[in-house]
Amino acid sequence: MSRRTPAAVGLAVLGLAMAGCTSTAPVDTGAGGPITVAAADDACDVSTAEAPAGTISFDITNGGSKVTEFYLYATGGRIMGEVENIGPGLSRQLIVEVPEGGAYETVCKPGMVGDGIRSAFTVTGSAERSVDTDTRLAEATAGYARYVNSQVEALVPKTQEFVDAVKAGDVEGAKALYPVARTYWERIEPVAESFGDIDPRIDGRDDGEPGVEFTGFHRLERDLWQDGLQPDSSSIADRLMADITELAGRVPSVELTPLALANGAKELLDEVATGKITGEEDRYSHTDLWDFRANIDGSQGAIAALRPVIDERDPELGPLLDERFAAVDALLENYRDGDGFVLYTALTPDDVKAMTEAVDALGEPVSQVAGVVSS
Amino acid sequence: MSTFSRRRLLGWTGAGAAAAGIGAVAGCAAPAATAPAQLVVPFRGEHQAGIVTPAQDRLHFVALDVLTDDPEKLKALLQRWTAAAERMTAGAETTPGGATGGNPNSPPDDTGEALGLPAASLTLTFGVGASLFAKLGLDPSLVPAGLADLPPFAGDQLDPTLSGGDLCIQACSDDPQVAVHAVRNLVRMGFGTTAVRWSQLGFGRTSSTSTTQETHRNLFGFKDGTNNLKAEDPDGLRDQVWVSPDQGPAWLAGGSYLVARRIRMHIEIWDRTSLVEQEVIIGRTKDRGAPIGAAAEFDPADFAAVDETGAPRIAVDAHIRLASAEALGGVKILRRGYNFVDGSDGQGHLNAGLFFIAFMNDPQAQFVPMQRALATSDVLMEYIEHTGSAVFACPAGLGEGSYWGQSLFEA
Repeated sequence: MSRRTPAAVGLAVLGLAMAGCTSTAPVDTGAGGPITVAAADDACDVSTAEAPAGTISFDITNGGSKVTEFYLYATGGRIMGEVENIGPGLSRQLIVEVPEGGAYETVCKPGMVGDGIRSAFTVTGSAERSVDTDTRLAEATAGYARYVNSQVEALVPKTQEFVDAVKAGDVEGAKALYPVARTYWERIEPVAESFGDIDPRIDGRDDGEPGVEFTGFHRLERDLWQDGLQPDSSSIADRLMADITELAGRVPSVELTPLALANGAKELLDEVATGKITGEEDRYSHTDLWDFRANIDGSQGAIAALRPVIDERDPELGPLLDERFAAVDALLENYRDGDGFVLYTALTPDDVKAMTEAVDALGEPVSQVAGVVSS
Repeated sequence: MSTFSRRRLLGWTGAGAAAAGIGAVAGCAAPAATAPAQLVVPFRGEHQAGIVTPAQDRLHFVALDVLTDDPEKLKALLQRWTAAAERMTAGAETTPGGATGGNPNSPPDDTGEALGLPAASLTLTFGVGASLFAKLGLDPSLVPAGLADLPPFAGDQLDPTLSGGDLCIQACSDDPQVAVHAVRNLVRMGFGTTAVRWSQLGFGRTSSTSTTQETHRNLFGFKDGTNNLKAEDPDGLRDQVWVSPDQGPAWLAGGSYLVARRIRMHIEIWDRTSLVEQEVIIGRTKDRGAPIGAAAEFDPADFAAVDETGAPRIAVDAHIRLASAEALGGVKILRRGYNFVDGSDGQGHLNAGLFFIAFMNDPQAQFVPMQRALATSDVLMEYIEHTGSAVFACPAGLGEGSYWGQSLFEA
């Protein structure tokens, strides 16, 4: 949760829709027909490793036992398109515009964690067109809009699972789902925070301020880990679901600008530095490292969308960002525990210092991005 | 405002400052021609500034860990640091227009808290620690003998989080905000390549490094540094402070070693000690700082004198006797320490003491015997504890166009 007033948040709420960005919209499948992807717990078989530039369509079938995700990445981890939360036995379609030929990567992420199963994917260059800066900036915001949509698409059902577990009195199940549902929230936190009325209801913390009702994720966190389920836990859970549903309905109205993306990427790191490294955010569950990971993902998502603009204007900044993001990723991997992370309480002061150093190192170049894209 | 610089302001404030007698640079280097520049200590010269420069009143010292194993990355940072350091010591921002003249959507290059302040005699002194060499895979023959670990001393209570470091930067200034600004900006430029290991703020210089300066007092209320090596003693500096070409690897010739010790003082206990006992422990009078039995501060201490009972007039375990060149075979050091008060300690006592900094050309032959004598015999040890320790090698001064550490990285 941000301590800033809504007016200071970089993403202004305007009535402009992120039209046409939904990754699963049923549209013309483009030349050559759909490419099939057979996803399993240990495989990601893409029927071809090459396609002509233009609209490319993937049909993904999850034959495995874990929920999976499918991505098409460009240089620098820029997400061209993705489908999240594909349950076992389900099929989903990804349709993606790839205007430029070059080297890409297809990725399945069984269990929705880690680097996933990656394969090279070549786009041949016939549809290459000259892209001016304005077009690149427009593509950047459209690409980030796709990312936000994909997160919201997963946030809604995961929150529902969490809420259902709370209402069923399944404390252990709810505890397991809490950091998973929050992952999708934390990845798009600056967008969510742009709704100054919803954010405190969903992600507010109990600061003991009189007259402020304590609801949302952290209220349920307190019930699950500290106080035990309360008579009103079910209604708090219902309210959370209603707030998340309202958020999902309002997200398409967010106007995304390149500057807002850049500032959002920085704000996510600020969140890490002030809330997660300190163990302040998840004070009852101590699942702060899940949120840490998700904030970094979100920051990386915004930066990746801007990457073509960054590369055009400051060729040294992109590789530096890659290096610093990679250093944070490598550090966090040391604290993996199964599909998640160790608890904050397991960290030593040296661990926290190493994380602070890595986030400081990343924060400096990320803070330069707004100036680069607005110059 | 894009070319706003602190240096330009000197044109308006310099005369008044000079009249107030702030920050003369006598003995550092050739004095600058114009009066306002008197607050500017030259950054380049035969030796690094901040060693024999008349001790400024304020300190911000930082020890850093290097996060990369690639010497080229550190070299690039040192080049950027040098450019920013030279500008800041001249009273300017880290980059031209750095505080307010850039893209409004970018964080400013310079953090801005020194805008409008004069250069305030800022010096920035750079050193490297022994741990740097292995970390960067540098040729082991480049490690100077003087960087060998200090031995443990009796009574040491060293805290690893207040000790060691791959690099150090000593910022001294007449104005604490100027020193803090300099360290903060250099640390910021280093994120990703360096990380702060520990740092220390100091006030109230406890040494004079020039005969032009009064001797100040430490937090025990005694004049400290009366017999210090001084800038006006070139022979003493040559023999005791500057590393000669035959004393180590070529890259350090003309440089010096910096020994830092954080000394916590048990202020409240000392304050309950009688005046006569305080004076016996130190070996000097508290009012004038004269050696016991002498009249004035700079009168020589007569260590052979005895009182009417035949006992030495200056006690055998008096601080000034144990630390004297006479007791140590002629060894001297150039002290540059500062008082510190880091608030209170949670038990209602001042977390305070002396941040001891000294420069010398052979720590093993100079600091070690001195500290060993003090640690084992000095009654003062009952009132103090050494809580931090570090040794750094500070290369010679920079010629035009060269950067911090160049002699090492291009050795």
